[in-house]
Amino acid sequence: MSLRNHQSLRANMTGYAFISPFIVGFLAFTLIPMFISLYLSFTSYNLFTPPKWIGLGNFEKMFTADPKYWNSIRVTFTYVLVGVPLRLIFALFVAMILNTKSRMVGTYRTMYYLPSIIGGSVAVSIMWRNIFSNEGIVNSLLLALGATPVKWFGDPNASLAMLITLSVWQFGSSMLIFLAGLKNISVEMYEASSVDGASPVRKFFSITLPLLSPIILFNLIMQTISAFMTFVPAYVISKGEGGPMDGTMLHSLYLFRQAFMFSNMGYAAAMAWVMLIMIAILTAILFITSKYWVFYETEKGR
Amino acid sequence: MAWKTFKWPIYHILVAALALLMLYPVFWMLFSSFKESRTIFVTAGSLFPTEWIWQNYVTGWKGTSGYNFGTYILNSFTIVLIATIGAVLSSSLIAFGFARMKFKGRNFWFALMMMTLMLPGDVVLVPQYIIFTKLGWVNTILPLVVPSFFGMPFFIFLMVQFIRTIPIELDEAATIDGCGKFRLYFRIILPLLKSSLATAAIFSFYWKWEDLLGPVLYLNSPEKYTVSMALKMFLDSESASNWGGMFAMSILSLVPVIAVFFAFQKQIVQGMSSSGLKG
Repeated sequence: MSLRNHQSLRANMTGYAFISPFIVGFLAFTLIPMFISLYLSFTSYNLFTPPKWIGLGNFEKMFTADPKYWNSIRVTFTYVLVGVPLRLIFALFVAMILNTKSRMVGTYRTMYYLPSIIGGSVAVSIMWRNIFSNEGIVNSLLLALGATPVKWFGDPNASLAMLITLSVWQFGSSMLIFLAGLKNISVEMYEASSVDGASPVRKFFSITLPLLSPIILFNLIMQTISAFMTFVPAYVISKGEGGPMDGTMLHSLYLFRQAFMFSNMGYAAAMAWVMLIMIAILTAILFITSKYWVFYETEKGR
Repeated sequence: MAWKTFKWPIYHILVAALALLMLYPVFWMLFSSFKESRTIFVTAGSLFPTEWIWQNYVTGWKGTSGYNFGTYILNSFTIVLIATIGAVLSSSLIAFGFARMKFKGRNFWFALMMMTLMLPGDVVLVPQYIIFTKLGWVNTILPLVVPSFFGMPFFIFLMVQFIRTIPIELDEAATIDGCGKFRLYFRIILPLLKSSLATAAIFSFYWKWEDLLGPVLYLNSPEKYTVSMALKMFLDSESASNWGGMFAMSILSLVPVIAVFFAFQKQIVQGMSSSGLKG
């Protein structure tokens, strides 16, 4: 072996030594579990007796004999497709009003971001449950406004709406990313278009949105994935039941119940895989269509 | 410019009003923790308690299962501390490898790591549970802390980005002085990474402190419960309707979270703006 080969081998070895914790962790906590989960998805397994191969049985049951599964898909998609856009629109709106030079902006940013920092906690889910309870503030407010109070825990649509509000309330992290993006748009662009007599609406659609589109794509993908995985608020607010009438039975919660309350490990694994494929398809659609709506400055040869 | 001077006060009033509206639920929870349990809902519309009941914090502290919140807080802190040390150390080591070492397959592993960032956790939930059960790790904190020692992709990514901003000449100079790779990492890069390490530590703190699913799956004797689980138990034993105590402990559970937020605001906001994975 020549000296050069020896040196590069040594360099390779050192490199792998540094990243070895990742490789070991990836194999032990991601790759092998994924294979196990793929295998289990074709079995019936309750943790106590060995897995029994049932072929496509789980998938068949899911799509043809389990209305609760379809319901959880419907609830989750409503939650994601309504919640994520609302959250991003709100985040962009707040980022735009905070994109000014003022000493107070830092304080405002903190105030708007705080709900997101505490948002994942059980405490906040408990609070949300109480704010929307029959005698809670939301209903007192509705009453004061002359509207009829809503039974948030009696109507499946109302309780889903309540969950969506909670997710929209935590728009802070997207807002910060939008804010960072807005700061990168040069003031000259806006000034130039002002000279050309562009209205604020026009500026928003022909400068802000196109230049922000890569960040919108990033936020859209990250927020969509995390929204699909939402568990804690649904679990806490419905006390683990997904009620009323499965109105808050998000996919993750249904999977949790199948796996850990009914010991249907194989069924839960199959559910997870179908969800993974659905998320992958959705992400792929976002990426592929992004060609048509995401604008990269470098492509214009600036 | 008369319009502009006129516009600013309106701007501030509107933005501040919206911010207060956003924070209203938090204030409501805070003040409810001082209301008498019976009156929390009767007076849901009014923010301030008519009478300040500090007793809620005493009754809440006792918890619902024979252990008090002191135990739960200690349990949570133990998990957070071990997991955070593991995550920060291992992630910085891996990040150094990705950012500073040239080796075959580096790009492949890096791409793989970025992909795991986007992998929904549900896919590995069931098999991980089975593995940890077979290992006999259930009802110990091992499943909650051990995976952290193998690097967290989000932190690795943050640190790689940061290390790339450190001039490579520094490495070269150190190498000429006879500094080995590990020493280079430990003595030169690690100290420079301080701000990224702090950002990672803060986020690790948040994720572990607020985690509910992990403890629910793996801890089953009450003396090992975390703060999140203890709060969830309050909700389950609603019959006692110790609303005041529940709100008091909810507030208490948020104190470390909010304290860390205000202490490291700048770091958190920067870490967030440059990556954006939480929330």
